[in-house]
Amino acid sequence: MQDLLYFFQQLINGLTIGSTYALIAIGYTMVYGIIGMINFAHGEIYMIGAYTALIAITGLAALGIAWLPLILIVALICAMIVSSSMGWAVERVAYRPVRGRHRLIPLISAIGMSIFLQNYVHLAQGSRNIGFPALIDGGFNFGSGDGFQMSLSYMQITIFITTLICMTALSLFISRSRTGRACRAVSQDLGMANLLGIDTNRIISATFVIGAALAAVAGLLLGMYYGSVDPLFGFIAGLKAFTAAVLGGIGSIPGAMLGGLILGVAESMTSGYLSGEYKDVISFSLLILILLFKPTGLLGKPEVEKI
Amino acid sequence: MAANNFRHALFCAIITLIISYPIIGFNLEAQGIDVTLTGADASTIVMVLLAAVIVFLFQMFREQIMGGLKSLPHPLPQSSKEPMAENRRAKIESWVLTGIVVLALFWPFFVSRGAVDLATLVLIYIMLALGLNVVVGLAGLLDLGYVAFYAVGAYTFALLSQYVGISFWLALPIGALLAALFGLVLGFPVLRLRGDYLAIVTLGFGEIIRILLNNWTTLTGGPNGIGGIPDPTLFGMEFGRRVKEEGNTSFHETFGIAYSGEHKVIFLYLIALVLAVFTALVIRRFMRMPVGRAWEALREDEIAARSLGLSRTAVKLSAFTIGAFFAGFAGTVFASKQGFISPESFVFLESAIILAIVVLGGMGSQIGVVLAAIAVTILPELAREFSEYRMLIFGAAMVLMMVWRPQGLMPMRRIHIELKRQE
Repeated sequence: MQDLLYFFQQLINGLTIGSTYALIAIGYTMVYGIIGMINFAHGEIYMIGAYTALIAITGLAALGIAWLPLILIVALICAMIVSSSMGWAVERVAYRPVRGRHRLIPLISAIGMSIFLQNYVHLAQGSRNIGFPALIDGGFNFGSGDGFQMSLSYMQITIFITTLICMTALSLFISRSRTGRACRAVSQDLGMANLLGIDTNRIISATFVIGAALAAVAGLLLGMYYGSVDPLFGFIAGLKAFTAAVLGGIGSIPGAMLGGLILGVAESMTSGYLSGEYKDVISFSLLILILLFKPTGLLGKPEVEKI
Repeated sequence: MAANNFRHALFCAIITLIISYPIIGFNLEAQGIDVTLTGADASTIVMVLLAAVIVFLFQMFREQIMGGLKSLPHPLPQSSKEPMAENRRAKIESWVLTGIVVLALFWPFFVSRGAVDLATLVLIYIMLALGLNVVVGLAGLLDLGYVAFYAVGAYTFALLSQYVGISFWLALPIGALLAALFGLVLGFPVLRLRGDYLAIVTLGFGEIIRILLNNWTTLTGGPNGIGGIPDPTLFGMEFGRRVKEEGNTSFHETFGIAYSGEHKVIFLYLIALVLAVFTALVIRRFMRMPVGRAWEALREDEIAARSLGLSRTAVKLSAFTIGAFFAGFAGTVFASKQGFISPESFVFLESAIILAIVVLGGMGSQIGVVLAAIAVTILPELAREFSEYRMLIFGAAMVLMMVWRPQGLMPMRRIHIELKRQE
């Protein structure tokens, strides 16, 4: 019984982290699906989302507003607006001029952008990590009083529900709306979509904006969950989310969700049963192994090389 | 059209405000566990507003400005000139290079110790950048975990000297060969991957090496690092005040001169210089050998190169291994120069800096890479008040370089003939 509870605890922790990875991974996978580039600066956009949310939360607290849902919603909206604008601007400045050139050129440009954004926040806000207030505390406990207690905190439940809402909204948007249909068309064949009168530049911008908005949601959630932010906060999370996107099959949105959850669970099982220090090693090894043996991921379509 | 332009410009200005004002305009300050928010001072806010105005004006009059820039004379006129005859160019180049090396040989005797120390660091970066240049510039493989091989070289020397008591001169080839072996072992499976996947895999590999170094405390000392790495010796002569190892003599006693700490610094500088020149010469040879041509052929058009019978794996693997070899070289020198190494010296940022050097210098071009290494290392030292903006400028420079001049400041130019369209 004890062992089972411990296992379920790791599973819950893993699914919590995994669902936020999935939110970030969607940004990678959508951009890759449409223009075939790795948006290396996506992790930084997520970090900026977390910072903006923190600024909004502290600002509201200073104004004396204490009603929790209002604080969270305002922080979420602020973070989404700033991150989306950042996503739009990054695409406009660093990616659009180099689109269609040799594969490495957009990637190097993206790495440059990532370094730039990291240091932008570093210079503006300092390099220390700043505590994120735990707005949602408490939770359910399971198990007997003397043995191991499994806990499911309200924060974790919030993360699940928010992720679920975002994912449902995104799925509906992609499958039902006009822009979503255009997104799918562009990702299938950019040139053809252009010929058929879709403004592809606008659709690509929209992809960046949607990805950045979801990353901002993840930024707020993970910031609260971990309890602190710093300028390097986005780099590892971005890499993990990219792993999740690759794991699920890059370019596929359900793949990113599945990949995020699997990666989160794998990580929390590693830290629960082996050692917390090696959880990053596990996820990077997982990334390398998938790329080597199944580069299309779990749900991805095989890519045909055209000559 | 004008109304459209105005709307676009206004939109861009508003976006600029949104992405800069919340981050720059407020300061989060942690006091204990509480976080407070303070507004930035007026000058910062004026700067933010000014930036928005500039973006607005630029977008508003974009066409006029771009047109004006185009009509200016080209800043680098030689890029459109025909290349000189190959033998003449090579002659001039080799004379200039020899002159620079001779100058570099005598220069440390006349300057301060700090300057020589910095110059040694520059030389280490030159070695690293030349090595990465083979991988990224010539073979077109984006390696984001290059610093892992550098770490392998440095840790090989540190561990061997700690546990076996090996000297610098023996550790130099061992470290480089071990790094090359790592490159070979990593490269063999991953080089089948496409360019951007390769970048991510090497990045993951670099992180794995760093995490292992950080956590394998019994062997590597974890985050505390390894200290007491011995200095190199000159034919059994040590540079310390007292001789540490039996059978060695000390440099200042052998030559009957007064002891000075500068001897060691200059000696290390000279070693780094010799090794950097060696690196440059070896890579230069490789570039002209069939394998060097094969690297570039594969970079330019993989399918065409393969259909001409080049083995993709062998060619890429050779580039990867050679690049790793020189990183190991640089790592050994670095360990010896610092006397102390820890995983903190081998973070991703270091890989990014080396990559920035290669990109700024012009992928493939050796002189460009050397100049970029000097600039990137020395400029932040000269402008200390700007040193915290260093990485910000790096990032921006990488983006701008890719947008405007992806071939770098001094691109490699091969003799080539272009068919000109008949007027």
